Amino acid sequence: MNPVLSYALPAALFILALAMACSLVPVLRGPTAQDRVLALDCLALNAMLLMLVLGIHQGSSNYFEAALLIALLGFVSSMAMAKFLLRGEVIE
Amino acid sequence: MTPLPLWTDILVSVLVLAGALIALIGSFNLMRLRTFFERVHAPAVIATLGCWCVVAGTVLYFSLQSRAVAANGLLIAVFLAVTVPVTNIFLMRTGLFRARLAGQDVPPPLSGSGEGSKAAAAVRPASGQKNS
Repeated sequence: MNPVLSYALPAALFILALAMACSLVPVLRGPTAQDRVLALDCLALNAMLLMLVLGIHQGSSNYFEAALLIALLGFVSSMAMAKFLLRGEVIE
Repeated sequence: MTPLPLWTDILVSVLVLAGALIALIGSFNLMRLRTFFERVHAPAVIATLGCWCVVAGTVLYFSLQSRAVAANGLLIAVFLAVTVPVTNIFLMRTGLFRARLAGQDVPPPLSGSGEGSKAAAAVRPASGQKNS
């Protein structure tokens, strides 16, 4: 790996971890429930980007599956929580 | 595995760093903005520009490294482009519905058949009786 990538990828990983910490604050603090759901959705997006960057860093394309799974589960869980807040039940 | 030329490294680094910085901006604004209806727009930049930048970097890197088109990553970006608007619409309707229930100053429902209006109409007489 060239020196450019070996400096840039840990920096990107650090920035993404910082972004995850920033989006963790509204999960704990958020005044209403929908704020917390929104912040959890944002946290899942950041985790997915972290997985993609980690895939380049390790030079392995197996991380694509992990990123796809995180995106899928983030969508389903946000959807279920939003539906629960809207109607009081998930499946009716 | 032969090392990649320098220009591809610089291009991949710029794309990945740009995506990470955009993700940081979106997450920081999620923490900073005041009301829910401002905050709900903040992560949209992660799902569009940030995600596409990082995915373009990964696809470029793995395509050049394996000397074949490795378009697996595009699947993630396309999937997010489909699912994130659905989640955001539901979250906005939830915010509107709960703001109406809390009696805040938000626009009323457009028609009588909306999801929020039925429940709000079911709650409103009860709260009216409580007041009177």
